[in-house]
Amino acid sequence: FRLLTRRMSSKSASSSAGPVAAAIAKKLSDAFAPVFLDVINESHMHSVPKNSETHFKVVVVSDKFDGVGALQRHRMVNTTLKDELESGVHALSIRAKTPAQWSKNSTVPQSPACLGGSKHDQKQKQ
Amino acid sequence: MLSSVFRRNKLLINSNLNKITSCQYVYHRKFSDESHPDFQPKKTAIPTGMEDVLKLIDEQVKTNNIMLYMKGTPSKPQCGFSGQVVRILNAIGVSFSTVNVMEFPLIREGIKEYSEWPTIPQLYIDGEFIGGCDIVSDMFKDGDLVTMLED
Repeated sequence: FRLLTRRMSSKSASSSAGPVAAAIAKKLSDAFAPVFLDVINESHMHSVPKNSETHFKVVVVSDKFDGVGALQRHRMVNTTLKDELESGVHALSIRAKTPAQWSKNSTVPQSPACLGGSKHDQKQKQ
Repeated sequence: MLSSVFRRNKLLINSNLNKITSCQYVYHRKFSDESHPDFQPKKTAIPTGMEDVLKLIDEQVKTNNIMLYMKGTPSKPQCGFSGQVVRILNAIGVSFSTVNVMEFPLIREGIKEYSEWPTIPQLYIDGEFIGGCDIVSDMFKDGDLVTMLED
């Protein structure tokens, strides 16, 4: 299967997939045996420190989603990534498709722009 | 201005909170600063224990037809995902209730436990958990959200 773990930002030439992204990719590939998997670190789009791993988008294409509704698909992914969600991943955008759905439409919508909420969380921690 | 606040962005009111004796935070019923006493801000207490918070959330989702837990407010969202859900609901033209979880950390944690869902925003319709931004957006694109709200 195709496994992509995206770099955080094309501007940061020295960056590579961080440990959280790698853990997410491994857990999703182990759990879903996907035909396509993409783990995108979107933290740079938010008001968080550089090189953060707090905001992710994952695209999981697996026949394990056959006959499963959207809410349950997301719950399956959330359960798989429970540790990451409890320990630092702040936002998780999920595209969970069957291979048949993916072959009809493989576009992934862009995530909305940050509105500064993470800054509020940073201040709360200080 | 006041009528538009109620028509589109009815903020949450919970009259049963007065029954809860152990309190830590307060929240305000947000109105414009009109002079009539009925429209003056009133402070109401919210509970400290998680059990009480879960009961509060249960009441909120069951007494408000469309209930959105979000970051920020509909007029000033503090999260792109929350803002997107607000735009969708406004595009459909429904009235909805909201809780700004940034102001209420207990509810922010409580709703995650209540829904067994780790992120915000969270949308409830008629007491049923619908999902977060991704699911709501997909349902809107497919026409399923409008159908559900019409029903």
